[in-house]
Amino acid sequence: MAVPAAFFVVFFAYPVTAIVGRGIKTEDGWQFGRIGEVLGRPDILDVLWFTTWQALASTALTLLIALPGAYVFARFAFPGKQVLRAVVTVPFVLPTVVVGTAFLAVLGRGGLLDELGGVRLDTTVWAILLAHVFFNYAVVVRTVGGLWSQLDPRQEEAARVLGAGRFAAFRRVTLPALAPAVAAAALMVFLFTFTSFGVVQILGGPAYSTLEVEVYRQTAQLLDLPTAAVLTLVQFTAVGAILAVHAVTVRRRERALKLVDPARTSRRPRGAGQWALLGGVLLTALLLILLPLGVLVERSFGGADGPGGYGFGYYRALRSAGSGASSTFLVPPLEAVGNSLRYALAATLIALVVGGLAAAALTRRAGRLVRGFDALLMLPLGVSAVTVGFGFLITLDEPPLDLRTSWILVPLAQALVGVPFVVRTMLPVLRAVDERLREAAAVLGASPWRAWREVDLPLVRRAVLVAAGFAFAVSLGEFGATVFIARPDNPTLPVAVARLLGRSGELNYGQAMALSTILMLVCAVSLLLLERIRTDRSGEF
Amino acid sequence: MNTTTKYAAAALAATLGVTVLAGCGSDGDPAGSGASKGSGSKTVTLVSHDSFNVSDKVLKAFTKETGYRVKTLKSGDAGAALNQEILTKGSPRGDVFFGVDNTLLSRALDNGLFTPYEAKGLDRVARDTQQDEKHRVTPVDTGDICVNYDKKFFADKKLAPPKTFEDLLKPAYKNLLVTENAASSSPGLGFLLGTIASEGEDGYEAYWKKLEANGVKVVDGWEQAYNEEFSGSAGGKKTGADRPLVVSYASSPPVEVLYADPQPKEAPTGVATGTCFRQTEYAGLLTGAKNEAGGKALLDFLISKTFQEDMPLNMFVNPVVKDAELPELFTKFGEQIATPPTVAPEKITANREQWIQSWQSLVLK
Repeated sequence: MAVPAAFFVVFFAYPVTAIVGRGIKTEDGWQFGRIGEVLGRPDILDVLWFTTWQALASTALTLLIALPGAYVFARFAFPGKQVLRAVVTVPFVLPTVVVGTAFLAVLGRGGLLDELGGVRLDTTVWAILLAHVFFNYAVVVRTVGGLWSQLDPRQEEAARVLGAGRFAAFRRVTLPALAPAVAAAALMVFLFTFTSFGVVQILGGPAYSTLEVEVYRQTAQLLDLPTAAVLTLVQFTAVGAILAVHAVTVRRRERALKLVDPARTSRRPRGAGQWALLGGVLLTALLLILLPLGVLVERSFGGADGPGGYGFGYYRALRSAGSGASSTFLVPPLEAVGNSLRYALAATLIALVVGGLAAAALTRRAGRLVRGFDALLMLPLGVSAVTVGFGFLITLDEPPLDLRTSWILVPLAQALVGVPFVVRTMLPVLRAVDERLREAAAVLGASPWRAWREVDLPLVRRAVLVAAGFAFAVSLGEFGATVFIARPDNPTLPVAVARLLGRSGELNYGQAMALSTILMLVCAVSLLLLERIRTDRSGEF
Repeated sequence: MNTTTKYAAAALAATLGVTVLAGCGSDGDPAGSGASKGSGSKTVTLVSHDSFNVSDKVLKAFTKETGYRVKTLKSGDAGAALNQEILTKGSPRGDVFFGVDNTLLSRALDNGLFTPYEAKGLDRVARDTQQDEKHRVTPVDTGDICVNYDKKFFADKKLAPPKTFEDLLKPAYKNLLVTENAASSSPGLGFLLGTIASEGEDGYEAYWKKLEANGVKVVDGWEQAYNEEFSGSAGGKKTGADRPLVVSYASSPPVEVLYADPQPKEAPTGVATGTCFRQTEYAGLLTGAKNEAGGKALLDFLISKTFQEDMPLNMFVNPVVKDAELPELFTKFGEQIATPPTVAPEKITANREQWIQSWQSLVLK
């Protein structure tokens, strides 16, 4: 409890409070009157309204499309499942600048839909919503599917034997058990879409603006700290309210579940209905996720060997820093892969330690204080990267914590975003562990630590790995905070992609596509490795 | 919980240990604070935006000449990087800041960001770029924001490309121009300021009304405008873009040539020379710099012939010193723009917000 609390105070609460304080505190004390002023502005109200309704719509759409996917991944065994699970998670970690480009290639002018049916969706809300589903599909599949695959199907079968219909059995047995995970996933999706930045900017055009876009503009561009501070507080309040509601509903439904080995719960689909469901889900994944990714890959191979030809020209270009004069980087862009992996590894370790301890502490204790802490851990997701980055700048400037120019700041900021994932994925499973097992261990003389290791850990190993995968992937694709934090010139993959896209010329565009493809591959491979590791059920990490 | 806490602390320590290990060897920089220590330090730190770039051999030449090793820190785009410096005024992250341009200059000076220093060799620097008599900032480069056109489109249509701001209002160019959001993109803002410089503070709104009526399209950023909407760019050709006019830079055509494979005989795009706004970028010695001597040496170096001649192909900007030669790529494929009309930095700072707001209400609503 102490470690995560300290981590959050030093690297989150203190910096954010400081930057917000700069905005609404003057010599004459706090100027809360400013809040009313800013909120009275019609342009700000527009932003608030749009932010809210698009987030609600995105969340609903994501659940609608992704829940069948979660079921299929949890209950069916089919060839290529592991690969596909890793692949659907890839979008989640792609930098928005890449996704925006991919979506424009599908939805925009001269895009696939345009060629096929003359449909153009760019600069419409539909493009934003679809991109949000694309990003968050994996959140639902992994958080809900992760738990679903560990629910004992025999419980539902027992209900059926006792005369319940198929739907009633599902509603009374499976649904209550799943509810916390579904709520957690929905909450995550809502948070992400509520604080969406890049997607709205690229696909929505200048006409749409979310709270996050506005905070960025007021802080980074205009240095209008009072307005930015008020907007940050508004976002805080909104996110806080959502979290509070969520905490109440989840706690009401949580209870001990009988968790089993996921390998025993999935089997080959039987009957036309199940095959149709599987087919439908696969088709959705194909259209929604593989298609945009495929367009990126196609473009990364294009054009190098004459018009219309395909080749590895762009990839070859990545290996060199450019012939003296024509370099976009001091180092070959390929080195960005190494940088990204190093940062992500560090961020994952920090997030796992902090998040794991927090989750353990939260299951162990009850009470108001702890409950508040639970919600607190989620707050970094609802605070804009620019606020955190600028907050670091004005707080971490004195020894022993003069980290402003240190490389560790990047993984720390990334871990801040990773921790909530770790907590969210581990908590439902940890809470579902039967308390009596722990009590038995304690009675037999085990220390709390030992009891946790012997009882909880084997049961939650899978959740830990999923959490690690998420944290790792989030760090890989994290772009917002990484850009603002001063770093010696060793760009991460997303930063390198953005930089290449910011230059004219075919070779730069192609290299950006090639680098995005590499980023996708690195993510997919990392996630796939995590899927594999968990077969080892005895050893320590 | 006590044992838990103990284990936790150990785990955290181990994590941090691992991260330190992971960090070593990434850039040869010891973990922890990388800021220059003391005035006798052999490292000088340059803080800049993400577009800053310099050849390795040029940095090595500087180290050989002065004994100072340069460490570069980048944080975001030009506006964000400058604002971070303003926030940390008095305890800066480095010694020299590069990358404040004339649209932001007054904000930096009003905040007392820089300490005056007259760089050696300043007499060779073009007069019109020197905006501050106190020498709080030193001009380093200039770049022109201009409308680019797709040569092939106008040749096929047998239509002369536009040359001036006034030309853009002609019916012949209806629905052909794409520009960027002036509120969020620096070329977008530059183009707006260009119209203010040419049409006057009273006339620019009327100009934009006509431009709007002539079908100008506004997208958020340069990447999208240039790579997705502009038919003359490599990216635009792939997407079947249909706007042959885009607000970009005077250096974009040479860049288009440089990064084409195989290199064409002439640039696929041209520049409308009467639609330009000049950006000048400045560097300055940060107030409270830990290594002032090193910072001064670095400022001298930024206007040396070596650095100035290396710059064009790294940042696609023009040198400010008279004795620096432009690379062949620029002379052969680029346009040299005569000094365009401009708006004074203090005027920009005073009115920027109001101009952007009125521009937004004209074209975005």
